[in-house]
Amino acid sequence: MSELLEIVIISLWISGTALLLSLLWSIPIALTLGLRRFRGRGTLISFFNAMLGIPTVALGLILYLILSRGGPLGILGLLYTPTAIIIGQAILITPIIVSLLTSAIEAVDPEIMNLARTLGASERQASLAVLGEARKGGILAGVAAFNRAVSELGIALMLGGGIAGWTRVMSTEIQRATGAGEFLLSIQLAAVLLTIVFALTFLMNLLRRD
Amino acid sequence: MAVLQRLKHVTQEYDGKIVLRGVSLSVRRGEVLSIIGPNGAGKTTLLRIMGLLDKPVGGEVIYRGVKVRKSNAPHIRSKITMVFQRAVLFNTTVFDNIAYGLKLRGYSSDEIERRVGRVLERVGMEKFSKRRAKTLSGGEQQRVVIARALVLEPELLLLDEPTANLDPTNVTIVEEIIRSLKNNAAVVVTTHNLFQARRLPDRVVCLLDGAVIDVGKTDDIFRHPKDERTRKFISGKLF
Amino acid sequence: MLITVLGEWGLNKVVGIMLIAAICSFASLAYIETLRRTEDKLMVATTTSLYDTGLLDVIADRYRAKYGTNLYFIPLGSGQSLEHAKRGDADAVLVHSPSLENQFLQENAGGARKIIAYNFFAIVGPGDDPTNIENLSPLAALQRIAQVKATWVSRGDNSGTHMKEKNLWQEAGFDPTELRNDWYLESSSGMGRTLSIANEQRAYTLADMGTYLKFHRNNLIDLEVLVSQGKELLNVYSVMAVNPSAHPYLNFNDAVRFIEFLVSSEGQNIIDEFGRSEFGRPLFYPAVELLRENTDPQLVSWIRDYAFFENSECPPRYRLGQEELYE
Repeated sequence: MSELLEIVIISLWISGTALLLSLLWSIPIALTLGLRRFRGRGTLISFFNAMLGIPTVALGLILYLILSRGGPLGILGLLYTPTAIIIGQAILITPIIVSLLTSAIEAVDPEIMNLARTLGASERQASLAVLGEARKGGILAGVAAFNRAVSELGIALMLGGGIAGWTRVMSTEIQRATGAGEFLLSIQLAAVLLTIVFALTFLMNLLRRD
Repeated sequence: MAVLQRLKHVTQEYDGKIVLRGVSLSVRRGEVLSIIGPNGAGKTTLLRIMGLLDKPVGGEVIYRGVKVRKSNAPHIRSKITMVFQRAVLFNTTVFDNIAYGLKLRGYSSDEIERRVGRVLERVGMEKFSKRRAKTLSGGEQQRVVIARALVLEPELLLLDEPTANLDPTNVTIVEEIIRSLKNNAAVVVTTHNLFQARRLPDRVVCLLDGAVIDVGKTDDIFRHPKDERTRKFISGKLF
Repeated sequence: MLITVLGEWGLNKVVGIMLIAAICSFASLAYIETLRRTEDKLMVATTTSLYDTGLLDVIADRYRAKYGTNLYFIPLGSGQSLEHAKRGDADAVLVHSPSLENQFLQENAGGARKIIAYNFFAIVGPGDDPTNIENLSPLAALQRIAQVKATWVSRGDNSGTHMKEKNLWQEAGFDPTELRNDWYLESSSGMGRTLSIANEQRAYTLADMGTYLKFHRNNLIDLEVLVSQGKELLNVYSVMAVNPSAHPYLNFNDAVRFIEFLVSSEGQNIIDEFGRSEFGRPLFYPAVELLRENTDPQLVSWIRDYAFFENSECPPRYRLGQEELYE
């Protein structure tokens, strides 16, 4: 049971950090796309929408080739570490956060930005005010992104290697245990994973209710 | 009376279409100034420039004798507050809506509580503090957005058609509030309601097709319009 | 509800809390990374058939207790393990595919190879054996399967087991690259899944003993071992250190110590003991003493034919200066 707990904790920690890391750039991107009008904006939005369905194994492979010792960033020695999975998952969920949050920001009354300005907000504070108005969409984006990160297999497997007590997360362990015939462990982990995903979705709906 | 804000030959265009053509006017401390004119005359555009929300393509805006530039605009903007024609509200409580500007200015929460309470009393909304702002009626919403502007004690308050969508009771309440402000601030009100233009302001600016065609004391404008088009407009023939 | 929460906390505080959470989680990440980087660790790319039995966990525990070094095993399959090692992503490899290992040595990608264990693959199939291959020689069994077009599930994943299987088909007179058809399926997955597919399809397949016993004992499959005798089914596991000349950051010294541990009597005993209590028989047989003392000349000659290169488990030019391993 402690092995199970360890895997669950590592999973939540890795995917949670990936979410926070991704938010660092996804929120500014979504604010820019949602509030500013510039050349190439439509193309960028289409790009992020297209990236929503990127196969995790494809992204995992690309990042493996980059992070591998033989690759351009091999010198960092990041392959088969939690950091590698975090980077991979953060990139994976960026399109989810950007797309959902951009839509949410676009749905906010365009005068909110001006309203905040007339009440004395700086540009940054006015953007934050818009973000505050888009919070429901933001929470949806965050939960959807976390669920995707914690459930994906390709990146965790290719960049983490499934090393026990280190990069072994729920999805990789379900895959390994199933292949090795340890169905009890697979089923327990699958149950935990489903519970987490459903609980988060439930909590999100509770929060989104007015 | 001292001039608070002056506009010099302000020109504005949207999508290549000229909306304001060399507008010059001044706002004095302690007065209520009305900008009147038919729909599409450029009243809202003018107000947004006065509120430093939009930058004009030509001309200049001078505030307290200082020319407005990109660098000093945020600072000057904190002394000016604008209320849009449509009540734009944050999706929060009435209290949080009104407290927003105070929070930005770094007031303590006790001070915020006190000021919000006072302004709510002034607009007769003290019972609605905890209500979600967007669940209020149109007249109540309008009072909230005015309260939200008032609480900041601006030097210059810009109101865009503040009573356009209100029933007579609320119109009276809002006009009372505007009149009571005169001692502390300059108030600019746009309106296409000639009755309001006649009873509310000290001075009137008449705007037509993006140009100022007449300026003067309310009585002078309504009794002795200098411009032929003003005469037509105030007798209701320009609509 | 969110309105209330945000109303009481304010957006700034929510953003603040998020930032603090981010800082905490990055700090813990940095802390753990530095901790792991300063500790002694050895990355070993290995085959799934070995990994899934649990033998490597036992070895890792004993090794850590003795040397304080953590062994990180990455289960990949033999082909993939060697590719990863070539790129410098592992310090050592533990695989079972002599032909690929030979290539690996010739490319100077690694060396100091030691054969550590052996066992036998098995051809498994439905208990009633509809094709009647039981007790045939391995090659005759394959020929019979091909002749009657009995369903066969191939790993198809370039693992050591898959390489072995391809060799068997070749020796039996077939070209494995042309075999894929309606009775010859490729699962492209690990041993466990391949066994499950064979079980569902009432098919035959080549299995490693460890995975087969585990699945059979847990009643996940009712396939039976039909052919398990013969030189052709020999399965030999060896360990190699990755050549540090191409990848200077590799932990070569620990890799050599790991090899020494595996060939020591302590390491060999772990291999010998493993599985006896759980399966009632060993899953792997230690190879070091057998090869040194030549206690079973026939078996030794099979191993030499199958897994020796130039009459040696590691020709001198590939020993990376670790001659004492071969005394």
